[in-house]
Amino acid sequence: MRPFTYERAASVDALRARGGDAARDGMKTSRAFVAGGTTLFDLMKLDVMQPDAVIDINPLANDLGRIEVGGNGLRLGALVRMSEAADDPRINRDFPVLAQSLTLAASPQLRNMASLGGNVLQRTRCHYFRDTSWANCNKRNPGSGCAALEGMNRIHAVLGASDNCIATYPGDFAQALIALDAVVEVQGRSGKRTLAFEKLHRVPADTPRIETVLEPGDLITAFLIPTIPAARRSAYLKIRDRESYEFALASAAVALDIANGQVRDARIALGGVATKPWRAREAEKALIGKKLDEDAARRAGEIAFQGAAPRAHNAFKVALGRETVARALMHAAQMEI
Amino acid sequence: MSVEAPAATGNMGEPHPRFDARLKVTGGARYASDMPVDNPAYAYLVTSAIARGRIVSINLGEAQNVPGVLHIMTHENTSKDVKDSKLFSDGGFSGTSIIPLQSDKVWHDGQIVAVVVAETYEAAREAGYRVKIEYEAEQPSATFESNGVQVQAAADVKKTHEDPKVGDFDGAFASAEVKVDATYFTPTQHHNPIELFTTTCAWAGDKLTVYEPSQTMYGMKNGIASQLGIEPEQVRVVSNFVGGAFGSKGSLTPRTALTAIAARRVGRPVKLVATRQQGFTIATYRAETKQRVRLGASRDGKLTALSHEGWEVTSRPDNYMVAGTDATTRMYDVANVQSKVSIVHADRNTPGFMRSPPELPYMFGLESAIDELAYALDIDPIELRRKNDTMKEPIKGLPYTSRSVMQCFDEGAKSFGWSKREPKPGSMRDGDWLVGLGCAMSCYPTQMAPSSARVRLSQNGELRVETASHEIGNGAYTVIGQIAAERLGVPYEKVSVVLGDSDYPAAPVSGGSITTASVCNCVAEACDAIRAELGINDPKGDVLAALKSRGRGAIERYAEWTPKGVPDGALAKLYSGQAMPTGGTKDKERIMFAFGAEFIEVRVHQRTREIRVPRIVGAFAAGRIVNPRTARSQLMGGLIWGVSSALHEATEIDKRAARYVNKDLAEYLVPVNADIDQLEVFMIPEEDHEVNPLGIKGIGELGNVGTNAAVANAVYHATGKRIRDLPIRLETLLA
Ligand SMILES: Cc1cc2nc3c(=O)[nH]c(=O)nc-3n(C[C@H](O)[C@H](O)[C@H](O)COP(=O)(O)OP(=O)(O)OC[C@H]3O[C@@H](n4cnc5c(N)ncnc54)[C@H](O)[C@@H]3O)c2cc1C
Ligand code: SF4
Repeated sequence: MRPFTYERAASVDALRARGGDAARDGMKTSRAFVAGGTTLFDLMKLDVMQPDAVIDINPLANDLGRIEVGGNGLRLGALVRMSEAADDPRINRDFPVLAQSLTLAASPQLRNMASLGGNVLQRTRCHYFRDTSWANCNKRNPGSGCAALEGMNRIHAVLGASDNCIATYPGDFAQALIALDAVVEVQGRSGKRTLAFEKLHRVPADTPRIETVLEPGDLITAFLIPTIPAARRSAYLKIRDRESYEFALASAAVALDIANGQVRDARIALGGVATKPWRAREAEKALIGKKLDEDAARRAGEIAFQGAAPRAHNAFKVALGRETVARALMHAAQMEI
Repeated sequence: MSVEAPAATGNMGEPHPRFDARLKVTGGARYASDMPVDNPAYAYLVTSAIARGRIVSINLGEAQNVPGVLHIMTHENTSKDVKDSKLFSDGGFSGTSIIPLQSDKVWHDGQIVAVVVAETYEAAREAGYRVKIEYEAEQPSATFESNGVQVQAAADVKKTHEDPKVGDFDGAFASAEVKVDATYFTPTQHHNPIELFTTTCAWAGDKLTVYEPSQTMYGMKNGIASQLGIEPEQVRVVSNFVGGAFGSKGSLTPRTALTAIAARRVGRPVKLVATRQQGFTIATYRAETKQRVRLGASRDGKLTALSHEGWEVTSRPDNYMVAGTDATTRMYDVANVQSKVSIVHADRNTPGFMRSPPELPYMFGLESAIDELAYALDIDPIELRRKNDTMKEPIKGLPYTSRSVMQCFDEGAKSFGWSKREPKPGSMRDGDWLVGLGCAMSCYPTQMAPSSARVRLSQNGELRVETASHEIGNGAYTVIGQIAAERLGVPYEKVSVVLGDSDYPAAPVSGGSITTASVCNCVAEACDAIRAELGINDPKGDVLAALKSRGRGAIERYAEWTPKGVPDGALAKLYSGQAMPTGGTKDKERIMFAFGAEFIEVRVHQRTREIRVPRIVGAFAAGRIVNPRTARSQLMGGLIWGVSSALHEATEIDKRAARYVNKDLAEYLVPVNADIDQLEVFMIPEEDHEVNPLGIKGIGELGNVGTNAAVANAVYHATGKRIRDLPIRLETLLA
């Protein structure tokens, strides 16, 4: 670890003046917010992230640490711990996909530390990104190339990749948020703004280093999840190499509104297979007005992976992803709500 | 979940709780890097980013400017400082002949290329990041199929190597009615003990104390002395607790000498705690293997021909090999056998012992092939094994001292419900899950080595045992104390055992599952000498009363124990750090093994194909079980590790660069609690008076042998897909 200064944030307003800039471009930046530290400190110890200053936002928990349930939906503060949201009975009942995506992530110890704001900004698990002794990584070192393209890319993305970077977005919670059309609230240097959560992350394209649309100093303050009919019939399915404490090889967040045997609304978001939290809109459309049976579920799976671009070691993710979507949909369709 | 300690049956000892259990869960146990030393400096290793080539230049400017940096070792100021690097497997002490900082040459990925010493760990690490090294890289060879690897027959490189062979394999195989001919692969694996590779070195004048987690006090003491060019008497090694070793701490790694040199140079103790990532390349590992197994049998299931060929990766300079054919050619009654082991030199660090080094990979090949043969013959796999069971090994016709493998299969099968298995692959289901049941044989050679110990009985009833053996999680403190208590009729609570210090009498390396059999027999001998001195020969006689009635304060006896068949001078060798194990297949008149039968149920999801293991049953027969509680833990841990070796564990290699990529416990998978559901261990009472006086067989490495094959066999039964390449991952079962 390199030396850095540590500062505790006094208030959201005071922060606005100071700012952190790690959120968007996190490697050699001057300032980084820290919440649970489970991503930031890990990457600082690996010398991947090298902030000069770390601004601890935990003192803002009074403002940013609340779970609020209202008629229009749910408001989750950025400093709510993963475990708090995962264990909340209202979230489990009314937004099961959110709770499940959190319960199935990481380990109990990590979930107790990690915040929801930090969670959505976690970095890829690409081996070549996390180990600075590899010279070629466009995300860490722009213009250096991408060691994963022809390397060990079993865990890498088949959707949303470019020739500059094929790193998978590793998180789970973001898939649930995007499926439910969540909105993220951001406190920037020039004030508060909101944007669709789906717009937060970017595909790598030519600039894999830039992972989100956040500007230097932007602080995520909350996530707003609207109450929609599909939210109660929602589920998160995560397929991985071991039963717990492991990232997804493929995952699906699904939400369905089914009336009289017909799908009125369908949401499908994919994890473990794409470079950013991935919404499979075409697959959703194909379900509307249909009966959700085996054929329909399979078709949705197929459509979701049209345009997938597999590499040497991750080709299985296409077949696995399709099956994951079909299985999640069949499961949600049969849920009692 | 809490489980009752297994009751002692037959000739088993009492299930005493572990002496060190409370200490460990309360943080009271002091591991090597916890040992306080005066005013330590801290070392951080800088490791190579290439696998082959040379260092062209090292720029230390930036690193030396980091406040607190005391000294930086590189090949430019350290070459020639380490004198000896003879391999453990060649009678030396080292796990590798590659000693870093002796030249500009880079032999493998992650080789130590500099050591930074600073006032704090943080400063050392930061300076480490700032060391700038320029390499001249050459294209490395990573593994089997890579360009530039060099293949050698084991028999050509190692005088003592034998490729077991008997009869006429070619003829018998050609004319066999039913045949199996298959190639199997096992992956690279790393021990990843939770306790990292640490070393603390402190000099007092010309005397050196080394605190390091180690499986070999005398090996380290002598090894480090020869590397530093000092006398063994100048070195003391302390390692009271070891937080997992599994073979990785059984031979010297270069870090010890480098840390000692660093401490001498900065004139104060130096503490090194290598990172998890560095542990993958500064110590040893289990190399990948490729194996071809051919079996021939008659229609009714009698084996007529067996051939087992193995290829193993090793480093460029070292001829390390495990050669598991030594065991696999002796498991079944078959008249025509051939085998061959070859090593494949690549640009890798030198591999080394990892729990059941030969048997874990090679029994995967054999026990998978036996299952394949059972399907080809349409015979139950257990019945096939019964048909070919033997009390004599086929190569030299030597008798097994005891072999209860079919009893294990029968007991295990009963508990597991094997009779409910539908033989046809893919025929059992539970909802959306395909169900598969598989089994395999487990074996481990029974080995012992010379050892020494001191036992002291005081008139207040206290009994103290001293020996430089090791608590590596094996329960050594507990079982050694138990034997002493039993032998002298003293309550177990009154015994204290001290281990892990080279100031105590020499004990052999804790490897090859020899500790309990070796050290316990020695302690029993010392106890018997105390009895004899007091004239109490009746095992029920009161030793303490005799001690008191003679007006003695204490009586102390030192014993040296040598197993049958060990050459003269073995004790002197032990004190100079050589273990000299015997037994297993090494004996000229008989063959000694412990056995087991392992049963696995798998479930494979019909859509997404992830594999779960809801049930594991292992039945084992291993001579006298000294403590059924600690034994059960060893066997249970073994079975879990066996599942791990089948489904989870593999070190991934980027073949272009010959570099490991998944170097931490988030990416190198081992099972978590959720992966292991029901697990049952049976210990079948077995008496064997030939192996050693106490009739003990080692069990530390028995549990994880064969499990990988049992899992693969169960996966085949569930899906009809035979997976011959570990680990088995869902992608091989998709579509
Ligand atoms: C071994 C391991 C296994 C894991 N497994 C999983 C898994 O299976 N699924 C999964 O989803 N995750 C997994 N994780 C990731 C884990 O969930 C994240 O590390 C965690 O959620 C990050 O939250 P944090 O509060 O600790 O973030 P921090 O480390 O504190 O911050 C992460 C990043 O976000 C920035 N940041 C934090 N809060 C804000 C804010 N409010 N506004 C703007 N920027 C902010 C920081 O500057 C930093 O760049 C795993 C992590 C580990 C170490
Ligand atoms: S996939 Fe992305 S993160 Fe990984 S090496 Fe390539 S550029 Fe770097």
